[in-house]
Amino acid sequence: MYNGIGASRGIGIGHICRIIEHDLSFEAKMVEDTEAEKKRFQKAIDSFVEDTNAMAEDIRKNIGPKEAEILLGHAVMMSDPAMSGEMFKMIDSGQCAESALTAVCDMFIGMFQNMEDEMMRQRASDIADVKVSVLKKLLGIKDINISKVAQGTVLVCKDLTPSMTSQIVKENVAGIITEVGGNTSHSAILARALEIPAVLSVPGIVDIVSDNDTAIVDGTEGEVFINPDGDILSKYLKKREDYLAKKAELQKFIGKETKTADGETLELFCNIGTPRDAKKARECDGEGIGLFRTEFLFMDTTYYPTEEEQFEAYKEAVETMEYRTVIIRTLDIGGDKDIPYLGLKKEENPFLGYRAVRYCLGNVEDYKIQLRAIIRASAYGKVKIMVPLVTTVDEMRSVKKLVEEIKEELRDEKIPFDNGIEVGCMVETASASLIADLLAKEADFFSIGTNDLAQYTMAVDRGNADVAYLYSTFQPSVLRSIKYIIECANAAGIPVGMCGEAAADPLMIPLLMSFGLDEYSVNPVLVLTARCIISKWTKAEADVLAAKVMAMDTKEEIVATLKAASKE
Amino acid sequence: MVSKNLTISNEQGMHMRPASLLSQMAAGFDSNVSIKFNGNSYDCKSVMFLMAACLKCGSEIELVCDGPDEEKALNEISAFIEAGMGD
Repeated sequence: MYNGIGASRGIGIGHICRIIEHDLSFEAKMVEDTEAEKKRFQKAIDSFVEDTNAMAEDIRKNIGPKEAEILLGHAVMMSDPAMSGEMFKMIDSGQCAESALTAVCDMFIGMFQNMEDEMMRQRASDIADVKVSVLKKLLGIKDINISKVAQGTVLVCKDLTPSMTSQIVKENVAGIITEVGGNTSHSAILARALEIPAVLSVPGIVDIVSDNDTAIVDGTEGEVFINPDGDILSKYLKKREDYLAKKAELQKFIGKETKTADGETLELFCNIGTPRDAKKARECDGEGIGLFRTEFLFMDTTYYPTEEEQFEAYKEAVETMEYRTVIIRTLDIGGDKDIPYLGLKKEENPFLGYRAVRYCLGNVEDYKIQLRAIIRASAYGKVKIMVPLVTTVDEMRSVKKLVEEIKEELRDEKIPFDNGIEVGCMVETASASLIADLLAKEADFFSIGTNDLAQYTMAVDRGNADVAYLYSTFQPSVLRSIKYIIECANAAGIPVGMCGEAAADPLMIPLLMSFGLDEYSVNPVLVLTARCIISKWTKAEADVLAAKVMAMDTKEEIVATLKAASKE
Repeated sequence: MVSKNLTISNEQGMHMRPASLLSQMAAGFDSNVSIKFNGNSYDCKSVMFLMAACLKCGSEIELVCDGPDEEKALNEISAFIEAGMGD
């Protein structure tokens, strides 16, 4: 058995398909028969263009025409006279196709990399992509088409990239095992969204297994079995059945209010990343949107999106939610999320650097475009603005001042908006937590971001496997912080929600109930689980449990106590 | 040889999409088609060179066509650039 981080719940059983990163080195040599070499090269180009166009067509159908354009651009670049034309000339002079390809691509990469325009610098990475793809064709390396894997496949790879994930057909992939990544990494978030059991951070797993080995992926416990014996296999087949039965039980909570066992109604919202996800939130019975991440708008383009583009995206989500609350978080850029055209400098410590509201308040003209788009969307439903990574009262005041200025402009221009639009503070830094009483006077609501709060409180990089053991929202310091934030909000009479992963954690929910959390914002697929757990606890029971664990010294004791008391 | 002075008018300048549309259009003519900008000349039939020219909204360029169908090329291509290149 191998241990890792259980990042997406459930049991997956199937046959392994490894996704291996290839060695693309080649021996540069001179060729005698240049005509044959050119033919070989033309074949590689044709095959590349064909694949690329087919992929672009898939993306156009499944995602949209804009997203497909990037790939179509790759095919155009390769067919360009300045690219392939130069390469053919080099082959004519006796160089092998691999050398010609590499030399010309590298020349253009160097040229684009040195440009002032950020959007043009982006092209360098496009050309690098093209180079790798064509080189693979020349070297006869076939990429596994993840979208074509057989039913019951367990994917094993070093890391699951977003582009790999986009090819996954949910029905065919039984489980995911990776060597890197933590509970809040991209692969984890995507695996959960697809409801595929996943175990991450299993050291060396790619070299341990072979294709077609049988694997059990226990995403709940974070355990992996390779070629298990009959006893283990039947045990896990049973476990999988139980898990699926439990999932079916949750269906009973569809359409119900979110109520504690003693009848108090709480709000159960969803975290989303695109307007389309709002539909998913409705399908999963979410009662509102507690966190609408807006980064997608900025990452999917090669330029700062216009007010109209942003407005349309926000409006789409707001209209999908039909007058239910939609909390839109303003751009949370920097840290691990880079947007090339913004021209952010490389930093020694990006998580402690120029990111989120710091960046936005440093680029007020751009920030106002986003705020204006959000405020305009408020005419179509119940919109709230949330400010990420606040550390000082001044930041909240500055944003509120901008909001008032924009409202004044819109009034003058006779553009409709909700005059009562609320501006809330995302509490996710140690500083914001310690001054929660002060921030509560400025903010219309709080939302606790537990992922960053735990990271900043524990001084732990959540993606680093060596220190992952420290990263937990059950650390006494993090729990105290959460409790204090909620108490400050309650004392000030403003609503307080939580949009981090912890809001859906069955062990955390009774504590949050006891502390007095009003709104739980979770991944859409966890709405029913959270509603089921909330329904099992009374405030009095939760208070007893909270009092007990808040007096404990270590995370281990706390988790053991919460597990023992769990009503799952 | 014929030429015309033009200003790039689309908001994003000469990025991937307009460059690829423009190069395809230019490739449809027998004439040589190039853009003069900042003292350099860029072959319009190459998307790579078009992008390398780093043309932004407001950039002032000279479109030059030279060949058997130069008049037609100049008229059609300059109309396309003036209309914002499909953006």
